[in-house]
Amino acid sequence: MKCTKCGQPAVINMRQHRLGLCADHFVEWVPQQVQRAIEKYDMFTPEDRVLIAVSGGKDSLSLWDILLRLGYSVEGIYINLGIPHDSYSDVSQQKVEAFAAAHDTPFRVVNVKREYGESIPEVARRKRGRSPCSTCGLVKRHILNEVTLREGFGVLATGHNLDDEAAVLFQNSLHWATGYLARQAPVLPASHAGLARKVKPLIRLYEREMAAYALVRGIDYIYEECPFSRGATTLFYKELLDQLEAESPGAKQQYYLEFLRARADGRLLPADAGKPVLNQCQKCGQPTTAPGTCSFCRLWDVEEAAHEDSNGDS
Amino acid sequence: MADGRLCAKLGLTMKLIYRDQTWELKGKITVRDALKKVGLRPEAVLAVRDGKLITEDVLAGQDDVIRLIAVVSGG
Ligand code: SF4
Ligand SMILES: [Zn+2]
Ligand SMILES: [Zn+2]
Repeated sequence: MKCTKCGQPAVINMRQHRLGLCADHFVEWVPQQVQRAIEKYDMFTPEDRVLIAVSGGKDSLSLWDILLRLGYSVEGIYINLGIPHDSYSDVSQQKVEAFAAAHDTPFRVVNVKREYGESIPEVARRKRGRSPCSTCGLVKRHILNEVTLREGFGVLATGHNLDDEAAVLFQNSLHWATGYLARQAPVLPASHAGLARKVKPLIRLYEREMAAYALVRGIDYIYEECPFSRGATTLFYKELLDQLEAESPGAKQQYYLEFLRARADGRLLPADAGKPVLNQCQKCGQPTTAPGTCSFCRLWDVEEAAHEDSNGDS
Repeated sequence: MADGRLCAKLGLTMKLIYRDQTWELKGKITVRDALKKVGLRPEAVLAVRDGKLITEDVLAGQDDVIRLIAVVSGG
């Protein structure tokens, strides 16, 4: 296959766009897609300071690379979760450090164990019945929100791609989880004091394109998956959607982007759907759905953990 | 993986490498057909030859070494 633009050998065939591109045109095209998403959804402007959540994976490192190339003012944040299997967390951190050093660009690290006394697997073990992933999600959300606000960033950017979002949409629509459907968006506004603005600039791009971008740009990312992600249902949903995509190119993109359109037009849910009543956590001050202390603070509350244990199963 | 060691008799084989697996395939075929032969979904991997990403319609064979990269990875 030849590049649609110049006739050189293509490195990627994007059937949903009827577009094949050579390496040069592809690494030019990807940031254009990102810029389009940033503008279309009013994510941020060159005046905003953007904090990027980086995991060491291909999506977040590529996002970092793209935003730097587009000239935005960005800083990375890496949360070391303390996942010991094959030094997963430490190796990931090294990838982030190497990227930042090569691009001479600032980043910060929050080490969960050093900061709060326990790693993610350790908390999950103490809190029986809480999966590592739900613990991890909760901790990451809290820390990212806190740092974004405390350090005066205008916005927090994450590396979710279209496949990530389509898989979540599929999961949410299987359960008709209308609350989640109402809130799944490329931009989550700072709708409440204490809530940071959150954006997903990669939502127009397929996971395949992000992997290709990282390869062509020579970005050294962590290739192994997190050991806890094995057998995760989202991986299964991604595969299902990929099978659909193989039969009908563009199906994945249409599924997700049309969902956004239908919801924005009010064809799907009433305009006020999914606006939870938020209270302020008595301990850390972050917004929480339940009154009292938020679930993040309760995670580290050893007394309550002992109480939960005495009601627990074993 | 019955196709895995189809044959290396003529020395005109293509090598596919994916994670810790290696397959050798005889003859000239497209990357897409090679992937199907070894039971991989073409959508799930990217193919790299001589350090360069190639599309799945590329004809490969004759001592080509093709490294396959999983599309889904990392966090
Ligand atoms: S797979 Fe689970 S534990 Fe691992 S990084 Fe993702 S959410 Fe965290
Ligand atoms: Zn070109
Ligand atoms: Zn709290």
